Amino acid sequence: MSATTAGAARRPRWSHLLGQNAGLALAAGLLALSIVVYCTIYYLAQRRFPGGFELTTTLNNTMPLVLAGVAQSIVVLTRGIDLSVGGVIDLTNGLAAISLGDSAAGMLAGSLLVLAVGALCGLLNGVLIAYGRLQPIIVTLATLSIYQGIAIRVLPEPGGEVPAAYTAVLANTRGPVSLVYLLLIVAFWACFRRTALGVGLYAVGNDASAAQANGVAVRRTQIAAYVLSGVFAATAGLFMAATSTAGDATTGNGYTLRSIVAVVLGGVNLFGGRGSPVGAVFGALVSAMIVNILFFSQIDPLYQSFFEGLFLVIAVLLTGGISRFMRRGA
Amino acid sequence: MTPRDDRAASPHPPDPGRPRADAPDGKATVVDCSGLSKSFGGVRALDDASLSASLGEVHALVGENGAGKSTLIKALGGRLRPDAGTIRVNGNPVTLAAPPDAHRLGIWTVFQELTLLPWLSVAENLLIRREPRGRMGLIDRRRTERRAEELLAGFGIAHIDPLALIEDLSLAARQIVEIVRAISHDPEVLLLDEPTSSLVEREVVWLFGQIRRLRGHGTCVIFTSHRWNEIRDIADRITVFRGGRHVGTFREIDQSDAVVLMTGRRVEALYPTLPKLPAPLPALEARAVAGRGVGGVSFTLHAGEVLGVGGLAGHGHRELFLLLFGAQRMTAGTLLAHGQTVRLHSPRDAMRRGVGLALVPEDRKTEGLLLAMSIRDNLTLSILRRITRFGVLRKPRERRLAQDMAARLRVRMPGLSAPVGALSGGNQQKVLIGRWLLAEPRVLLLYDVTRGVDVATKHELYELVMQLAASGHAILLYSSDAEELAHLSHRVLVMREGRIAAEMAAPGITAEAIVAAAVRDTAESEALIKVAVP
Repeated sequence: MSATTAGAARRPRWSHLLGQNAGLALAAGLLALSIVVYCTIYYLAQRRFPGGFELTTTLNNTMPLVLAGVAQSIVVLTRGIDLSVGGVIDLTNGLAAISLGDSAAGMLAGSLLVLAVGALCGLLNGVLIAYGRLQPIIVTLATLSIYQGIAIRVLPEPGGEVPAAYTAVLANTRGPVSLVYLLLIVAFWACFRRTALGVGLYAVGNDASAAQANGVAVRRTQIAAYVLSGVFAATAGLFMAATSTAGDATTGNGYTLRSIVAVVLGGVNLFGGRGSPVGAVFGALVSAMIVNILFFSQIDPLYQSFFEGLFLVIAVLLTGGISRFMRRGA
Repeated sequence: MTPRDDRAASPHPPDPGRPRADAPDGKATVVDCSGLSKSFGGVRALDDASLSASLGEVHALVGENGAGKSTLIKALGGRLRPDAGTIRVNGNPVTLAAPPDAHRLGIWTVFQELTLLPWLSVAENLLIRREPRGRMGLIDRRRTERRAEELLAGFGIAHIDPLALIEDLSLAARQIVEIVRAISHDPEVLLLDEPTSSLVEREVVWLFGQIRRLRGHGTCVIFTSHRWNEIRDIADRITVFRGGRHVGTFREIDQSDAVVLMTGRRVEALYPTLPKLPAPLPALEARAVAGRGVGGVSFTLHAGEVLGVGGLAGHGHRELFLLLFGAQRMTAGTLLAHGQTVRLHSPRDAMRRGVGLALVPEDRKTEGLLLAMSIRDNLTLSILRRITRFGVLRKPRERRLAQDMAARLRVRMPGLSAPVGALSGGNQQKVLIGRWLLAEPRVLLLYDVTRGVDVATKHELYELVMQLAASGHAILLYSSDAEELAHLSHRVLVMREGRIAAEMAAPGITAEAIVAAAVRDTAESEALIKVAVP
């Protein structure tokens, strides 16, 4: 029954994998490109290349966005969206500033409490979306405000206290410890993708009805995605508390949109089912690089937002064009 | 099959009350449902329906579009819950709330709208929720790929790459993956909803081989089809559905009797007579046209003529039709419309007054209709310019044109403002044809327009084609059904590998001759003819 194509040479495995992970590959390429541009501009401005200090500060400052991007991408993979990411960061950041104890046990307990609150926020989103059959964009827009409101109640004024030891672990300024966290994220995802729940996330994002016909528990998978998103947003809140050594219940406000930018730059399809949170990690780093490049190009900070938007459009056009070209070539 | 005029002329329809065929001797009933009802909005899809099927039998479900076959299959597969009624499996009443409930009972389904995940690979789809595990209980992707390769090879499938994304596969290959996935679970009951609708003949041969093997192992196979040849070829018993109800179960029933039961009325000879050809006046002339998949095709289509195009799927028909319609680039050759050389860069060019081409595509859902919009809006989409004044729609004129066309095509609908998606497949097809007729084309390119359409609607479409030809339209007709081409065409061109391999003229065109010309290898052609034309 294969008279027309029997024995036709198959595409090699790497070519399939590249095609299936085109978004991830392009995000990696975009990151490499932005690092090259950054180093060049840095050299032109400073007559030397950026070193360990620049790496450490960039990574420490970008970690919250990396984590927010991962949080967002997990939900986007299921064909949802989580606008409450910023609100969860506000709430968990404020909570961290008042609940982290001085002892090791106190810090651990405080951290777990913060993560649990993040999970709870995600659970509320997930239940409303999966069982309430409400649009993700509406549910999370509402909970964004709710979580922001609770955050102000938890920490009305910026302040609180984060133990120095905590900062030393999460946001050590002496070395690029964050590289370890990046590797942990990649390792986490490599494992998670190979679990039933990981496959389920993609299945639901591909086609929820087909996933259901294949025996995937669609609602539970959706809820799990929002819970994971809440937990990752909470880690972003913890990281910000660690870097700034204090809390601010409005600090996460910009992160909802920035996490979506990271997801888009990371080659994750906004309509679900395609892409990887690792791509969102790359996307977050690219957007950090864009800010750095603008800084060293001595562009008036007033125009920073303008140029960020411009770069975003260019990056998306570029990757879109390349991936179309790749598909045609395949 | 030839038109059964003798049958059509018999004064009495067969008595639906004649004794029902019992289960084949010594075979145990495995699925038994009774009193099943299901409504969607105000429409009763199942109305006190029943069905009983046994181990080791192939049970065909036949009926018009909307008779409730798919709804019944979905109820048995756990995709939807009936409002009332009981389903018994091996004698025990069961609740099938979700597909896993059916899977646990050994019931696996190939649904009509496939349930593959488009951006996952063939391997991931075949082995979803049973992937081989490796270290730390994590999915071992290499072993998943190998296992999928073995599975496909075990079913004699060599041309589907387990690493390919579903999205990159043809519709037929997707259908095969879906079938392989269901069979690979060793089902006790296998439900197949229109499994052959996108398969070409050789793939149907493969599927029937699989079904026979399963029957030999004692599996109960329940399938639906609109192709009578297939049903006759493989079914042990045939159950007829009409209006959501069980009408009768038979071991032997011929097509015209079945059609009467399915439609509740008598359909005269299935194929109408061809209108006489007027004096030859070329409407569309292709001179050595070539493009992607088309290698130098020449023909002349005259006004009032139905020119059939046949051959196996994948031999350039689709590309030829798209090329003639300006939707695909013509790399060589000349095209003449009504005696004038034309260059078509887009479908817009093809639709221009002086050219007057219209293409009715096969896949009405993705290539034409806006399912959520009303029947009226869908009908008048191609003539918006004619029914607007200063950019404003002239509503009464729109309504009148749509009303007339719907009546002319006998579209069965709740009303002009109902969404097209609420219509049955055959009626959707009529709306799509109606849209193009409103544009007043002179040359119609009809691409497999009767695929997946029930017998009664097919008959209406055939009559429509004949009327259009009689009124001077030139018609280029592609069909995957050789029988249909043989009866509806003044001439038939058979394509093979992008070229015209044979040309035949009525009278005396036979389906056998078309299939034989479509394949080169004689041994293969005999096997195919057996399936296509028993």
